[in-house]
Amino acid sequence: MNREYLSIRENQQQTVLEASGEWTLASVQKIEKLLRCVPVHKKIIWDLSGVEDFDSAGVLLFIEYFERFKKRTDVELTGYTQSQKEMYDLLTEHMVESVPLRKTGFLEELGESTMEVVRDVKDFITFLGHLFSTLFNTIFNPKNIRLKEMVYHIHHSGFNALMIIGLTSFLVGMVIAYQGAVQLAKFGADIFIVDTVGISIVRELGPMITAIVIAGRSGSAYTAEIGAMKITEEIAAMRTMGFDPYSFLVLPRIFALMISLPLLIFFSDMMGIFGGMVASQMQLNISMAQFVDRLYEVLELKHYVLGMIKGPVFAFVIAAVGCFRGFQVSDNTESLGLHTTASVVNSIFLVIAFDALFSVIYTELNL
Amino acid sequence: MNSGKIVIEAKGIVTRFGERTVHDGVSLHIEENEIYGILGESGSGKSVLMKEMIMLLEPNAGEMMVLGRDLGSISYKEAQQLRREWGVLFQFGALYSSMTIAENIEVQLKEYTNISKEMRDKLVRSKIALVGLDAHVGGLYPSELSGGMIKRAALARALAMEPKLLFLDEPTSGLDPVGARNFDALIVELRKMLGITVVMITHDLDSIFSIVDRMAILADKRVVAEGPLENVLQSQHPFVEAFFKNDYTKEKYHGYLQ
Repeated sequence: MNREYLSIRENQQQTVLEASGEWTLASVQKIEKLLRCVPVHKKIIWDLSGVEDFDSAGVLLFIEYFERFKKRTDVELTGYTQSQKEMYDLLTEHMVESVPLRKTGFLEELGESTMEVVRDVKDFITFLGHLFSTLFNTIFNPKNIRLKEMVYHIHHSGFNALMIIGLTSFLVGMVIAYQGAVQLAKFGADIFIVDTVGISIVRELGPMITAIVIAGRSGSAYTAEIGAMKITEEIAAMRTMGFDPYSFLVLPRIFALMISLPLLIFFSDMMGIFGGMVASQMQLNISMAQFVDRLYEVLELKHYVLGMIKGPVFAFVIAAVGCFRGFQVSDNTESLGLHTTASVVNSIFLVIAFDALFSVIYTELNL
Repeated sequence: MNSGKIVIEAKGIVTRFGERTVHDGVSLHIEENEIYGILGESGSGKSVLMKEMIMLLEPNAGEMMVLGRDLGSISYKEAQQLRREWGVLFQFGALYSSMTIAENIEVQLKEYTNISKEMRDKLVRSKIALVGLDAHVGGLYPSELSGGMIKRAALARALAMEPKLLFLDEPTSGLDPVGARNFDALIVELRKMLGITVVMITHDLDSIFSIVDRMAILADKRVVAEGPLENVLQSQHPFVEAFFKNDYTKEKYHGYLQ
């Protein structure tokens, strides 16, 4: 087997290596094992005349061991052909010394990621500036509103989300009612389940569930759409034609979401309360009629309004972050994935942060 | 052929990305009705320079005049006006993927003019024919076209607003040799027919030897040679030596190099 590639003969003064067979990608591993065993304390005569086929992998292996032997002892080469010599020259000439490793220390990484956050915040402020200047421009020239795109986005990110939002809200309503029922039954305060479900859904959970589902569903889509357009240079093309990407891409999405999110919240409220109703009937035997009667008594209009006010704010946050991250995509597909992830994470976080802010404001105002 | 009127003039352009300097005092001028080539090795900032001409990027220093307007101090209105006076062909076409080819060509006409729908259709059809595409291509989406067809469709779109100035980013890259020569011929014909000025980034030796009137060689962060081929060939700069005076070029373009 080993005969095929390399034979080693030793005498008093020298070691003779006879290379033979195919020195190719398929065999280099075996040959290397053989080369490692070559003794280097005597002069080496390396005869290449038996080699039938040399590809660049074979030549590279040869170069490596040739250099290694040369450092330790004298090496004499015999029997190489002209084409082998040319290949050798070509490969040694174009040899990169070694690719410098990119090594970063902990502090460097920490500093870099901090700077990245600072840069993101700065860029986002710039983005908002652009957005608002376009927004005011558009408000004073309403004919610049891209109605067709807006309707398209209302359909895709609003109407098409009805099913999933309805289902999620229904289930959350049921869960709240079930959990509440156990506790309230202990006190015999069964009917208060209506207060619990009604107020918590309308004021907090409805807007929040809707916003989170939309952030995952449409915020990510906005980032991916705009990011893909950036990769294919469509955005650059738009700029050269004088089409402002803010009024063509960003505003229609923001308007669309600001219109559809409150409507979706209304739907979510309905479905959530319905879920609570079903659970109450099953768990506490409160009939639907009873439930609705009690709802009329306890659910003031203000709760509904306070919940609804959050809608446009959440919508703006989700759409703005989605579009902003889309514009940040650089021209490779990996960054598309990274920014889509970042977009969803950021917008969900911001939705929750804004919700907390609203709670503080409402409490301070005694609402 | 050249009337000598200057269409684009760059003076002392400096561009930096972070600590990396791409241009350090790039100056050149482009005359009316010529086909002007921008050459240079990868990373020499050809695309960046073109992006600065079409206001996608702003240089850190220096002056850029395009069609008599200073891009450094241009107002929003003027910039919008200027954008209608040129056409840009991107390297990979950059056709809007959500629109058909016909809609892609039509979009600027629709946004910026009050031309009737019938007239717009006629214009679109003429542009499709002008670049040598079949009429049925108009109804297809960019994803349904081959690379060569995309280039042609993108050229048709770049010509939609009847520009006087056309920017081409590697127009023949990715085309087969025959397609590339046809594209060259098309550009020359358009120049003759429409009297446009063409600025192109290219590596294509055939284009350089056959259709480019004047060119600038970008290397070492500046223009190391500018002018017609004969003048450029006088340069002793290593890039010019390597690009034009290697064995392959010498053999293939023996006739031109005399």
